This record gives sequence, structure tokens and C-alpha cells, in this order.
Amino acid sequence: MNITQAKTAELEALCQGMRRELIDLLYERQTGHPGGSLSCCEILVTLYFHTMRIDPEHPDSPGRDRLILSKGHAAPMLYLCLAHRGFFPVEELATLRKIDSRLQGHPCAHKTPGVDLSTGPLGLGLSAGVGMAESARLTGSDYDVYVVLGDGEIQEGAVWEAAMTANKLKTGNLIAILDDNGVQLDGTVEEIMPAGSAAQKFEAFGWHTLTADGHSIEDLAAVFEQAKACRSGPVLIDARTVKGKGVPFMEGRSIWHGRPISAEDYTLAKQALGGAQ
Amino acid sequence: MNRQIEIRQAYGDALIKLGEQNPRVVVIDADVGSSAKSGGFDAKFPERHYNVGISEVDMNAMAAGMASCGLIPFTNTFSVFMLLRGGDPVNSLICYDRLNVKLAGTFCGLSDSFDGASHHSTSDLALLRALPNLTVLCPCDAVETEKAVFAAAALEGPVYLRLSRAAAPAIFEREYPFRIGKSVRLRQGSQLSIIATGTIVHQALAAAELLEAEGISARVVDMHTVKPLDAEEVLSCACETGAIVTVEEHSIYGGLGGAVAEVLAADTPIPMEFVGLTQYAESGDYPALLAKYGLDAGGIAAKARAVLAHKSG
Repeated sequence: MNITQAKTAELEALCQGMRRELIDLLYERQTGHPGGSLSCCEILVTLYFHTMRIDPEHPDSPGRDRLILSKGHAAPMLYLCLAHRGFFPVEELATLRKIDSRLQGHPCAHKTPGVDLSTGPLGLGLSAGVGMAESARLTGSDYDVYVVLGDGEIQEGAVWEAAMTANKLKTGNLIAILDDNGVQLDGTVEEIMPAGSAAQKFEAFGWHTLTADGHSIEDLAAVFEQAKACRSGPVLIDARTVKGKGVPFMEGRSIWHGRPISAEDYTLAKQALGGAQ
Repeated sequence: MNRQIEIRQAYGDALIKLGEQNPRVVVIDADVGSSAKSGGFDAKFPERHYNVGISEVDMNAMAAGMASCGLIPFTNTFSVFMLLRGGDPVNSLICYDRLNVKLAGTFCGLSDSFDGASHHSTSDLALLRALPNLTVLCPCDAVETEKAVFAAAALEGPVYLRLSRAAAPAIFEREYPFRIGKSVRLRQGSQLSIIATGTIVHQALAAAELLEAEGISARVVDMHTVKPLDAEEVLSCACETGAIVTVEEHSIYGGLGGAVAEVLAADTPIPMEFVGLTQYAESGDYPALLAKYGLDAGGIAAKARAVLAHKSG
């Protein structure tokens, strides 16, 4: 389904609002991961509010599309999407990382409505996605499975085990999105583990690959349609993103992977993100 | 002892029977299907059999994804690799989300004897016992293996099946009513209890024979479910016989012996001895290895005498 200009504008405003809410939430909590949450904002919003076949009233419906946030530390952005999409009350976001909350530090499938798989330890989501995608065939369903990977995460060898298995099984309903923000916890990906083009590696593993501007709703929506149309095997979308996107002093800086936000930085961040919806 | 039946063959045959009854059962191998005998499933149900190659993390995480969609995957690798290689998804996906995955770790203990210490699995029980939500089964013969496979499939939630490579003497008849968490008293005895798990149970029975010849009356219990442990039977043994020897093809740290000791320490401390390993073993003939490391009938009987001396001292 092509996205309309009106819908694009609506989702762009939603993203801007969610960025503000994210900063409020992580400032209040003084814990959590701002950088990687900000970089996957448009990816998650486009999937949850446009592309995916889901029903918040029936979060466990067998025929629903699945999403695995394999880079589980971006949980706050996932929770913002799920809350605004209606999986649980927006007010509940304030309980993030607090005791007795359904909103754990990393996504927890057995506590949070709408979370399809618990994640946190990196490198496991793609294999689980292959399992979910293959299950559609075995159970006669036609759902798609989306796996959001971090570009640091793919240093985990298990990702490439999964890449081989998906190619062997030709899982045409599996779409992996690489949140290619170029930065990981200790530095840039290029500094920590210079490994060249991820897309070329997936191609060498037998995957179809596409690229997208990971901060353009319009581009992402179009590329997701292309990926869905490809049924002959798994697809990797290299989504070019910026870590910390939207907050200039966080952009591209590894220290904002998981740093608490000071009062001074909070004010600067809120100024940068503005107030208009 | 009577006829010997390979545990792995019993396991492979049970999987096929299970597959005939339950279309939700799928089998995933990490290139050990021929060894584990799980590969036989492929001939019958090729559309429900997967060989993911030598990639244990991928296998277990893929199974997690399948279980989250309503399937019942049995994953297969050597027990030494199930946790030590494939353990991250077992902890963070399968046990955390209580997913319906059955982890079949074959070649447990010293049963892959000739391949040496790198292929012996003597720490898996300790690692697995610490994982919440997981049931741990360790059958002692072919009949119990088949029953354990069906019971594991019927239980909603993660199960680890600890399976031997070896052939084991038949202990149970087909009518045996296996129940997860309910141990079996194989031999009555009054002076001490030998609580064993896995194929080494038959060594415990042989030890009881040796002891009987010396006038010592030893009870023998098949503790096929290591978790949740049958604490009621452990306490009965403590109260009625006053001394316990645990027997396992595993480190004496953190396995069956540890589990039994935890129950006793909290309730009825009594003299106890542990039969198991404290070091890496080596390559060699399986019976010879069991004898060298004190895991055969003679080694168990020696520990029984020691615990009796402690009890009467």
C-alpha cells in the first residue's frame, strides 16, 4: 500500500512528538538508551503505523505480522510505538524500568502486550525471525516477519548463522531492517570492527538487499512494499540512519548510546526538538 | 542384566511416533541427526525436519521463534554443546518467555567416551538447574526415554532431555507409568538410599546387589526428573534410611547431588556422599572410564560404605 502525503505528514509529526516523549522519559528515569532509540524511530513508526498487519485489540492473533526488535536496547522507542498504537495506555510509559512495571529495560514478550519476542542479548533476533517466518509455512499462515537489527549487533556471529539458514530455507516472508547508524557503545562501527558493507555481506549470503533513507517515512514505506513483494527469499533493508537523530549534540556520538541525560542537556535537547506537533 | 537398548535409538524412534500423533512437533538438528538418531524424523516428515548445520545458537533461537508461533520444536545437539554453545537463547528466550521448546542433549556424561573430555558433558545439569521455568529430565533406559519424550511434548514449557549415547539395560516394562517430577523406588532398603539419575541407575542397582552380599540394605531411587526435584521422596529416604548417596554422570557440584543436598540442608540434614566427577575425564572405553572415575557399581558401593560409617560414627 502506497503511503499518502497526508499520512506521511501525520507520521512525521508523530515521530517528532515521540522523540520529545523519549527525551522526557529517559531524563526522568536517568537510565535507558537514547542514541539507538532515536535512530530507529521512523523505521518502527512506519512499520507499526503503516506497513504491518496488526490489531492492538488482539496482540496475540496468530495471523498478525511479527516484529522483533533484535537491538533490544531501543526498547523505549518500541514502547512509545506500542502505546501510541493502542497496545497499552500511554500513561503506562511513565513506569518504564520501574519495579512492578510491564515495561522492562529490554523488551519482554511475556509482560508487554505487542512485544512478539523478548530481546536484549544481541544477535538472537534474526534466528528467531527465521523460526517465526518458517512457522507461517507450517501453519498455513501468510504473515510477514520483520527483524530490526543494529549495525553493531551484526558483529555477533549468530546473525550470520541465521543469515545462512534463512537463505537455505528461502524464507520469503522475512524482512530484516538494518538500523545502520554507524555507531556502537564504544565508538564508531568503523573504529570498533571495520567490516565493510553489511549489504554486500548479506548478498553474499544469498539475501536480496535494498537500501532506504532510514529517517524518511516515504522512502521506508516504499521500500517495505518492495521487500514484501519479494517472495523468493529473505530481504535485508540497509536503512541509513543517524544515531541520536533529532538531538544535534547526540547525533553520531557513541557516548549517547546509554548515557543518563543531565538537566542542562535535557533543556538543550528539548529546544532542539521544538514544541510543534 | 537383561537386554541392552541404545538410548539414542529409543529417542529417535519416539520422535517419529510423536510426530505421527502431533503435527505441531518439528525437529531441528545442528548436524548431529545421524548421531543423535533425531535425523530419522526426516525420512518420515521432511517438511517438519530442519538441519541448520553446525550452529547451535541459531538452532535454539529459531526454535524459540517457532514455539512462539505454536509449534513444538525438539532441538538436537550433543549435551556438552546445548548450553555451552547454544545457551544464550535457552536463557534469554526459551526459559525467560517459557517457550515450548524441547532441548535434547545427547551423548551426556561420559557416554561419548572415546572422544575425550571436550565431548563429555559433566556441567550441563549445574548450568540448567539455575534457569527458571525449565524442566530437566534424565531417563535411565529405553522405555523411560520414550516416556520422557512424550511427557516432555505434553508439558507446556521448556524441557531439557539429558540423553546418553550408550546402550543401557532395560529396567522398566512398557506399562511403567512415567510422571514428570515423580521418582521411582526401584529397590527397597533400610540402611541407606542411593538416589541416581540417567543410565547410571543400573550401576546403582548393581551396587545395591554388592552391598546386599555384605549384609547392607540399600534402597535405590531412579530420580529421572532432576528439576523439579521429587523432594518428598528425598525426605522419605532421609527419614526412613538416615543416609543418602547420590549418583550422577556429572560433576558433583551443582547437579543431582547438589539438588538433593539443598533439600536435606533445609529440612533434614543427614550423612550424605556424592558419586560424580570432580575433574575432566579422558578418552577411553566407557565401562573403563566409569570404573576409573568411581562411577561404576564398585565406586558407588564404596561411597555407600563411607556414608554408613559416617552415619554410625
